[in-house]
Amino acid sequence: MGASQTRTEHQYQSLADKTGFSLEQIKNLHQRFQHLSGNEEKISRENLDSIPALANNPIKKQIIEAFFDKRNQHQEEVGFFEEIGFEQFLMVMSHFRPPTLKMTEEEKQAMRKEKLRFLFNMHDTDNDGTITLDEYRKVVEELLSKSGAIDQEAAKAIADAAMLEVASTNVPHMGPDDFYEGITFEHFEQILKGLEMESRMHIRFLGVDTTTMRCGKSTS
Amino acid sequence: MGHRGNICVWLLGSVLLICIVLSVKGEAARQESHPMSSSNQTKQEHSSSITGLSIVTFKWHHVETPYLILVWILVAFLCKMVIEANHHVTTYIPESALLICCGFILGGMVWGADMAQTFKLQPTVFFYFLLPQIILDAGYSMPNKLFFTNLGAILIHAIIGTCWNAASLGLSLWGCQIGGAMGDLDIGLLQYLLFGSLIAAVDPVAVLAVFEQVHVNEVLFIWVFGESLLNDGVTVVLFNVFDAFVSLGGPAINAAEIVKGIVSFFVVAFGGSLVGLAFGILISLLTRCTKKVQIIEPGFIFVLGYLSYLTGEMLSLSAILAITFCGVSCQKYINANMDEDSVKTVKYAMKVFANGSETMIFVFLGISAIDKTIWVWNTGFILLTLFFILVYRFIGVFFLTWILNQTRLAPVELIDQVIMSYGGLRGAVAYGLAVLLDENKIKEKNLMVGTTLIVVYFTVILQGITMKPLVTWLKVKRAEQSELTLLEKVQNKAFNHILVAIEDISGQIGHNYFRDKWSNFEERWMSRFLLKPSVRKNQDQIFNVFQQLNLKDAISYVTEGERRGSLEFIRNEHAFVDFKKKFGDDFSEVMPYIMANMPDNYGTMPADMRRDPVPTVSLEMHEQTMKGTRENEDIDAHHLLEQHLYKSRKQHRHRYSRSHFDVNQDENEVQEIFQRTMRNRLESFKSAKMGVAPPKTITKHKKEQQQKMPNGKSSDKAKSYHSGDEDFEFSEGDSASGYDPHYGSAPTRVTYRPGAGIENPVFMPDIDPAAPTQIPPWLVEAELDSNTVAPSQRAQVRLPWTPSNLRRLAPLRISANSTDSFVMADVPTTEQRDDDQLPPPPPSPPNRDDSHL
Repeated sequence: MGASQTRTEHQYQSLADKTGFSLEQIKNLHQRFQHLSGNEEKISRENLDSIPALANNPIKKQIIEAFFDKRNQHQEEVGFFEEIGFEQFLMVMSHFRPPTLKMTEEEKQAMRKEKLRFLFNMHDTDNDGTITLDEYRKVVEELLSKSGAIDQEAAKAIADAAMLEVASTNVPHMGPDDFYEGITFEHFEQILKGLEMESRMHIRFLGVDTTTMRCGKSTS
Repeated sequence: MGHRGNICVWLLGSVLLICIVLSVKGEAARQESHPMSSSNQTKQEHSSSITGLSIVTFKWHHVETPYLILVWILVAFLCKMVIEANHHVTTYIPESALLICCGFILGGMVWGADMAQTFKLQPTVFFYFLLPQIILDAGYSMPNKLFFTNLGAILIHAIIGTCWNAASLGLSLWGCQIGGAMGDLDIGLLQYLLFGSLIAAVDPVAVLAVFEQVHVNEVLFIWVFGESLLNDGVTVVLFNVFDAFVSLGGPAINAAEIVKGIVSFFVVAFGGSLVGLAFGILISLLTRCTKKVQIIEPGFIFVLGYLSYLTGEMLSLSAILAITFCGVSCQKYINANMDEDSVKTVKYAMKVFANGSETMIFVFLGISAIDKTIWVWNTGFILLTLFFILVYRFIGVFFLTWILNQTRLAPVELIDQVIMSYGGLRGAVAYGLAVLLDENKIKEKNLMVGTTLIVVYFTVILQGITMKPLVTWLKVKRAEQSELTLLEKVQNKAFNHILVAIEDISGQIGHNYFRDKWSNFEERWMSRFLLKPSVRKNQDQIFNVFQQLNLKDAISYVTEGERRGSLEFIRNEHAFVDFKKKFGDDFSEVMPYIMANMPDNYGTMPADMRRDPVPTVSLEMHEQTMKGTRENEDIDAHHLLEQHLYKSRKQHRHRYSRSHFDVNQDENEVQEIFQRTMRNRLESFKSAKMGVAPPKTITKHKKEQQQKMPNGKSSDKAKSYHSGDEDFEFSEGDSASGYDPHYGSAPTRVTYRPGAGIENPVFMPDIDPAAPTQIPPWLVEAELDSNTVAPSQRAQVRLPWTPSNLRRLAPLRISANSTDSFVMADVPTTEQRDDDQLPPPPPSPPNRDDSHL
């Protein structure tokens, strides 16, 4: 028992180094993971799909897909997992870590980029580096599908308008025959400059306390 | 500048004149009215002594009170006008400080005329007639999201900060008195605490007045402003509690009383907020059913808002909190429920009231200063009060912010804290409360009132003036005045959902969880009950932005067009190119015939040009016509617009109605206009057909082409029409009638931007296929008109070797080829976009065609 204890702790420590979570948080998340997977090693789409609180979320599908997207694992792989283990789970979660007070400007930039990349990947379903109009439309449609009041046509129009906006801000002087293929990551970054992504895209994980956060950071 | 200076001098002179007249008049009135009211007998004698009918009588005392009030208001407004006219002064000194200075001058004049202060800011006037509208406006225009996300911090500052200010100031002053710093004063500890509590609260009016001009970043602003609004509850409770304690006397205070005081705080604050909430809901519900009484719709908001204030006051709850929350809770629903005009009215009237009474408050505060009776000078007391207020404000803010920063991700920086502390302006609320003090219980009331006034002047004038340089000097983050783009809005929304989902998955319960629950609840229950069903859709933020964008596009399109001259604009190359891309496909679907002629016309595609270098006769001819009449085009266009947009007729139709604004809804008139137009069209058509003969084939070609359009459209809409020449105007009428209602349907964004020239074929399927074909009737006529006007010119131009003809052969001279089909394609868009913002043209009965026959 003792051996397995140390083993898990060792495991936790390496995970903490990798993801920047504190041990406390990892423990909490692991509990949650096991709860979701029904004490299995791996978690599948169905597990996540059946979370009751998610039922009302209009973009549930995309979010769940993001968990199984290999691009979000910081490895150079593309494609989708069928099931993910705890480590992958944590990796995805780590995109939502809050920034710490001690972060340098560069670290913040890096974090920001990482977060934006996550969002971008969520839109760019075919991984061609651009969010095309079709992809974007799909997201917007689904996003607005739950609100009920806005029909699909309007959603489409909104997606188009947003796309056009991106096009006009990023490529102000388009030639008459130019064709705006879609939002590249650079454009995406440019457009969302106003949203303070690094501080906004976060949730408070239980057991977060700034001291342990800093510890986690400094060890990594 | 010199000219403006002259004006200012003149204005100032007129203000002075008014004031002098006023004060003399007031004096005269007083002298006159005093003996009268004191002894009725003289009055009676006076009136009985009048014999016979006098044509004009001077009845000053009949109107005295309202007259004086109004003149004072007028003077206050004139002060503001004078101040605002000197723009270079207001950039350095905040308006509120200048208004107070104006008040000094006015007060001096009154003093000079009367040798006594006869006009003062009365607490009743202030609390019942000047304050409510300012607070209502603040609540109504509160940035709700910002306010509620920062609510925790605001509450901490408002409650703990204010208590801290009051207690520390009272205790320190008391300590200083015991230490002997202030000489012989008859003030006990409780009275010091009472004084501390009345002067502790940061004043919303003063804060708004100063911070509005400084434009600090929004978090800082909402912290200070929210605090100033919410700490009123605390002030009122503290004031009442200590007032009661003072009357009870020290020994009678026991633990039970103190507990009662604490309980009363919660009751007062939450009770007040609940009253406000209730009234807010009431207003929202009422505006659901005020469609029929649109004119008085805005009135409901003001009446009920004021009622919420009075109700709060009546129940001895915090009236300011009541009216604040009334405004905060109803703003979303009433803005959606009410007609757009009413919303505008409410917003505007709210500003008129709020700004007006703010002006009055500051001017009157200044006037109140010039009064010998209130000035009991005690250097120690006054200076120490000023000092303690400033110091404890800094300490309080720094300490509380430090605590809050422990959990904040984006900590409030030191500079912001300095500004926040420095922005602790005291204002008229403190003065009003000080005047409310009971002279019998508090011997040194005058000293307190005087000190309060000094504190107010010090904070508003000195701190107000130095605030802006300080903000610039410390490089405080300013507010960014950028509008969110549509993509950002969409992203924001997606973002919120993502965060909630991640919280759900990771099993955490955080801010996002609660926000999500609230917005679900809001959508499901609140919106259902408080919103008209028809407007729920517009509630979506994204949709709002989308519509605003549409509107902006339409406006910019029109202004752009105007800037370049109405028809010059359509010759713009970008626009030109756009049409080919955008409408080309649509046209080719519905109007293959025209499309056949298009490529060479739209000479942007060199390949096409080369393939078909020789243009068809008709188009070429028409192009030249257009060239020949180019100078006249603008005039023509204006003429056409004037004739067919029916604007001119509106002017003759002013009808008086107390409950309706809109004119020209008359069915008969619409009918008449329609017939008139049809007659015109018929005539021009006839003259085109039978007038001086242009080469027959060409006209016919032209005509067919015209005909094709409505036809294509009609068939598109599955409307029956008869083909053939004779039906030409009918199908036109058809297109005219079909044209209007279509734009009432779901808004489709026209993917076109003036000047931007973005080409994205992907967008094309989105354009309503019917849209480009909906040729407005006047356009069709324009074509015909040019045909009718043209012949002689045409005959001239149609020499085979004119320079323009040669030019026609050069495939790449694109811009020279602005032609009819291009115009045809363009104008519908202009019109369509116009429709986005203008009210649709008068509706026409569906069976128009028959009716005019």
